[in-house]
Amino acid sequence: MRSAYLGVLLGAVLAAGCPFAAAQAVAPVASPVAVGNNAQAERIAQLEASVADAKSSADNAWMLICSALVLMMTGPGLALFYGGLVRKKNVLSVMMQSFSMMALITVVWGIILYSLAFSGGNFFIGGLHHMFLRGVGAAPDAAYSATIPLQTFMVYQLMFAIITPALITGAFAERMKFSAMAVFLVLWSIVVYAPMAHMVWGKGGLLNATLGGRIPTLDFAGGTVVHITSGVSALVCALYLGKRVGYPREPMPPHSVVLSFIGACMLWVGWFGFNAGSALSAGALATSAFVATQFAAAAAVIGWGSAEWVHHGKPSALGAISGAVAGLVAITPAAGFVGPMAAMLIGLMAGVFCFLMVSKVKSLFGYDDTLDAFGVHGAGGTLGALLTGIFASRAINPIFKDAGGHALAVGVIDGNYRQLWNQAIGVAMAWTLAIGGTLIILFAVDKLIGLRVPVEHETEGLDVTQHGEEGYYWETSAR
Amino acid sequence: MTKVEAIIQPSKLDAVKDALLAIGIDGMTVIEARGHGRQKGHTEFYRGREYSVDLLPKLKLELVVADERVEEVVKAMADAARTGKIGDGKIFLSRIDDAIRIRNDERGPSAL
Repeated sequence: MRSAYLGVLLGAVLAAGCPFAAAQAVAPVASPVAVGNNAQAERIAQLEASVADAKSSADNAWMLICSALVLMMTGPGLALFYGGLVRKKNVLSVMMQSFSMMALITVVWGIILYSLAFSGGNFFIGGLHHMFLRGVGAAPDAAYSATIPLQTFMVYQLMFAIITPALITGAFAERMKFSAMAVFLVLWSIVVYAPMAHMVWGKGGLLNATLGGRIPTLDFAGGTVVHITSGVSALVCALYLGKRVGYPREPMPPHSVVLSFIGACMLWVGWFGFNAGSALSAGALATSAFVATQFAAAAAVIGWGSAEWVHHGKPSALGAISGAVAGLVAITPAAGFVGPMAAMLIGLMAGVFCFLMVSKVKSLFGYDDTLDAFGVHGAGGTLGALLTGIFASRAINPIFKDAGGHALAVGVIDGNYRQLWNQAIGVAMAWTLAIGGTLIILFAVDKLIGLRVPVEHETEGLDVTQHGEEGYYWETSAR
Repeated sequence: MTKVEAIIQPSKLDAVKDALLAIGIDGMTVIEARGHGRQKGHTEFYRGREYSVDLLPKLKLELVVADERVEEVVKAMADAARTGKIGDGKIFLSRIDDAIRIRNDERGPSAL
């Protein structure tokens, strides 16, 4: 009876929201021309409209492709990368955790999350203006991008909102209940992701460097919003849930480095959509971010691989691909602000730093961050966000301008020492929001549903116990 | 009738099969196994964690031969499987009570 009432209520709410979702197309306004030949004026106006249209088409085509690339990073990129790293009995559970985000976050995004992140509100969170995607249609919102439909911007940002909670699943893999994970991550996206995205990228956000936030934090594609929040939350989850049964005595090597390899390569390629697409246009800035991304990833592979070669005597495939991911994480906040040489330096440092985090620091403190979500994303994101403050330059992206339109110093290498401080504040806010928000939600979900599977289920494997399936049905004899 | 169980290096399978075929033995069962005697394993590294792998891949051959042929078979197999290094493997012999051919219910040494 109660569930029927809730069903009717939900249906009514959705029905009420539908009219607000109707898109309004607006034609570009022709600029006024000097009084003279009327026909000529009309032709020029039409020409200007065509040019604007063409620019819009190019930017929109690029942004839609980038949106698809970023979605691919989650499925199958991250699903494969994480899937290969766990034991065979848990491969599907890990893939389901990432895949379920593609479904759940999309729905929540459309209903309320986009509005909370990107509509105007206060310095911390947006409002409900765009709830049910009301007002999100073909017309651009000049605050975000004047040349692409707001709907494109919305769907592009959605892909970021999908992969961010999916990253956290790496910390509690092989032991968390699917139901608890779903509830936790949906709540997390509302409580942690939306505010952070709003503060850094949303109108009126405290840390928004583009739109005049009071503490401008440079974060081109989500070093703080995506990697620090997810990585730090991952650490909190790992500590709260505790270690897997048998960790660290029992050996738990990856069941398929091959799958992880394929996933990592998809992440690298997809990351061009993640970083270069954050230019929100198909111009020179996108190219700059694309190039920086490539150079950082390459240098990080060399960094991690070399550190491992020196340390263990052999460069492993898993180390090489982990290095690439670390470099890509670190360049994420910096991609549109630094040149290729600085990107290489950032990547190299990230490769070595994250290698140490994963191989030394993790065993030192003994936490079971199963797939190194904190070691790579939390640590790499923090490093990258801080290095952005150092290496960001007006020569690459004159993001700060004075009243006369002249480019001001951006990062420390330009002479703006204050930027490193601003980056640190942004980083600190990400850490605080992640820790606080995650703890509260974990506690609540634990009390309501319980977070971990029973020990017997963990031993038997989550694929069979949580999903009733086996990843590889090879155990029977040939028929 | 004697059961001959031989644990050998996987890379020696072809040599042993050929050696047996050459002396007219054409029935055997091959099982994939893992194991070790005095041979040490190796260590693998994943994300900074060390795993020692001391159960190494092996192959186990099982065949049942007439008693008169046992020494000939053992010599052929051992000569083919030998490298001279630790890890070459072992051969075990045991008594078989009976053998039955499923196709026609034949019993005894003629069923081999």
